[in-house]
Amino acid sequence: MLTHRIIPCLDVRDGRIVKGIKFQGLRDAGDPAERASVYEAQGADELVILDVSATPEGRSTAAETVRRVRRVLGIPLTVGGGVRIADDAARLLDAGADKVACNTAAVSNPGLLTDLATRFGSQCAILAIDAAGRPDGLGWEVVTHSGKNRTGRDAVEWAREAVERGAGEIVLTSWDRDGTREGYDTALLTAISSAVSVPVVASGGAATPEHLAAALRAGAEAVLAASIFHDGDYTVSQVKAYLASQGFEVRR
Amino acid sequence: MSQPVSVIRTGTANLASVLAALERAGARPTLTDSADEVSSADRVVLPGVGAFGAAMPLLREHGLDAALVARVREGRPLLCICLGMQLLFEGSEESPGVPGLGLIEGQVTRFQGQGLRVPQLGWNQLTAGPQCQLLSDGYVYFANSFRVEHPPHGFHVALSDHGGHFVAAIERGPLLACQFHPELSGAFGQVLLRRWLDAGERPC
Repeated sequence: MLTHRIIPCLDVRDGRIVKGIKFQGLRDAGDPAERASVYEAQGADELVILDVSATPEGRSTAAETVRRVRRVLGIPLTVGGGVRIADDAARLLDAGADKVACNTAAVSNPGLLTDLATRFGSQCAILAIDAAGRPDGLGWEVVTHSGKNRTGRDAVEWAREAVERGAGEIVLTSWDRDGTREGYDTALLTAISSAVSVPVVASGGAATPEHLAAALRAGAEAVLAASIFHDGDYTVSQVKAYLASQGFEVRR
Repeated sequence: MSQPVSVIRTGTANLASVLAALERAGARPTLTDSADEVSSADRVVLPGVGAFGAAMPLLREHGLDAALVARVREGRPLLCICLGMQLLFEGSEESPGVPGLGLIEGQVTRFQGQGLRVPQLGWNQLTAGPQCQLLSDGYVYFANSFRVEHPPHGFHVALSDHGGHFVAAIERGPLLACQFHPELSGAFGQVLLRRWLDAGERPC
């Protein structure tokens, strides 16, 4: 049986890990390659690197970071941030990524997903959706540009369309929960994971192993978390032991 | 001493991971699209690429199809990964009408099942048959929408389950073909790569 994946996420800028609340107030949390090795040794099933730099110089630094991480990392690596055209993805794959995630660029140009799936396969074309509750409380809308832009677009509809266009996996971040440590938005997870057949990865808001279990119960195939691991609150193996005790299949 | 391995350049996807894992396993990998090299090299890796229908013309263009067929018939060391394994078969539902290398009888088909997540992305349990020399039980990483459902004749087989059993890997001497990604399967994958490299050692 396929096991549930635990995926630490490294937000990286200028070759260093940063993590902040709602992408603001970034603070340094270490070297990506060192952290990557630690997480693999703890039993991480995959690693995500999110390039949060905004400049062309930052982008080339990101490719170098991917190269350094790849040399030491023996588990799958997804890289996101700044993927606007298929050639951007090719550069990251050449550097050592196994999967590439796109977000804002796919919202403005959904054909990007088809390009990625045709050229590299759907299993390589990951869509990141940032979603926030609508002001009227009815459903969720897609937000872009690190939350600055509320598109008005229904998140469930967008997930469906993206899968039709070739997305092979959805990393779903609750903009309302990201960095809050209040737990994932489980209603959002259930809405999206029951609307599509591809795996959905929960992201944004986790602070305890119970939060991760709640996301899996809500329909997520995998859970992504950052600060819960970076701050040393829990190791990946502690989280997996808890999930196993709750009856979830995990690799141990 | 590090062993030379020729890795077939099959497109951009994931090659860096294959090269890095072989280096960590103690090999010295180089990329090639030369039929001569695929024929003469001590060890060859055919890694996974995007789509069945795109990969076969690439192999044919460089005459690599014939070189690979000869290698398999002669029982020389070859490691096929993901799509690389599927190409050994006669064809795939992914690309109807495109013949594979045809070394093994059978078709590659899409995962089917109510509520089944496709692609299969993640770690699944590998159960190796008792005759397997290289493969053993453990967790390995998959990223695939298509698979071989029925074990082929003439190979030792390891199975996994995703909406029913499917062929996770096959081996015969120094021929190892994995639907999963040994290069992404952590410590387990490293041990498997090491075993395959050693299986490729010719007696002095």
